[in-house]
Amino acid sequence: MKKLASVTILLLGIMLIAITAEFPRWGDPQSPASTYLSPHFIEKTIEETSVPNIVTAVLGDYRGYDTMFETTVVFCAGAACFFILGAFRREDDDQIRYFRHKDTGVVLKVKPNGTRPNSRSDFERIDPTWTPYDFIVSRVASLMIPFIQLFGLYVVAHGHHSPGGGFQGGVILAAGFLLLALSHNLRTLSARVSNKTLGLMSASGVLIYAGWGALALLFGGNFLDYSVLGVLLGLDPIAARSMGILIVEIGVALTVMSTMVIIYNNVASVGAYDEGL
Amino acid sequence: MMEFLETVLTAKYNYWIYIILMMIGIWAMIAKVNLIKKIIGMNIFQTAIILFYVSIGAKKGGTIPILEHAPGHGHDYIMDADKYINPLPHVLMLTAIVVSVATLGVALALALKVYREHQTLDEDEILSHLSE
Repeated sequence: MKKLASVTILLLGIMLIAITAEFPRWGDPQSPASTYLSPHFIEKTIEETSVPNIVTAVLGDYRGYDTMFETTVVFCAGAACFFILGAFRREDDDQIRYFRHKDTGVVLKVKPNGTRPNSRSDFERIDPTWTPYDFIVSRVASLMIPFIQLFGLYVVAHGHHSPGGGFQGGVILAAGFLLLALSHNLRTLSARVSNKTLGLMSASGVLIYAGWGALALLFGGNFLDYSVLGVLLGLDPIAARSMGILIVEIGVALTVMSTMVIIYNNVASVGAYDEGL
Repeated sequence: MMEFLETVLTAKYNYWIYIILMMIGIWAMIAKVNLIKKIIGMNIFQTAIILFYVSIGAKKGGTIPILEHAPGHGHDYIMDADKYINPLPHVLMLTAIVVSVATLGVALALALKVYREHQTLDEDEILSHLSE
């Protein structure tokens, strides 16, 4: 099997390398890919959308359908992880549970159906395999997370003038959440952002994108034609396109951020939502 | 010899690198028996495709596709299509990167499920379990 695979791959590789003789030179400005649509995008983007970052303009406006379904694919991936790893398991009450006092480190062992500490008290729920947090790692992570989140918001909002946009900003925002989960544990993250909230945010991102496109239909334009929404925003049609791109980028960022965290939560804890890694 | 270097090697070597990467990825997907190694192979394959697309958009002497303000004027922009690299492959690959992360997540979830069911990630052992 291995030999057959190697021979096939080798032959395929040689054939593909042979066919590169027909390819344009690397970096040729006259190559077919750069002569048909791309000059239109480069020359007309400012006139038509007033967005200097051509990638953002193409992503949010010219290829809006593509990006909308791409966002849906990301949402579906999050939902698939949620369903594959068995999320509807309810924790039984006939289990021994452990609670740790945050300040002194005293651990309570609560028997099945015993009285548990109030969730607002100084006790936190831990697993039997709990290990203490590293002081330096958890403090440095706590200090860094607000700045990571702020940078993520900047990348989303500034995608029109610099490299950035919904996908990149969403991933940076998710990185902040994952840093919290890795430096503390998954329960710490779930106490701040519950899995239900994440699911709702993931779905509402797609809703914002598709809803904003559908709103254009009500104002007499085509689906995802933001220019007609200038009436709603009090802007001229060109500026309305730029603003419409920002709004759909926010939807993309919401979906990407929450889906990345959902995938991590499910894969790291194998669907159990306990302490995770 | 020099002619070969100029017309073939320097002009096309980037495509060769992507093809080699792609073959490594597809070989891992076919020949490796461990499911996690197959997933890593899939990721190498996706990376090769992403690099290939990005290199299609490259132009010699071109800058990133973010328009520059002309010096001294507020809203005049320099419009010369040859000065900016092709934005379209960048848009396509921007979404492809996120989708590759999403497929990685689903693949890992499936691998976890398989491991929980069969207590192994080895393809041959799983097949023998299934045929029992």
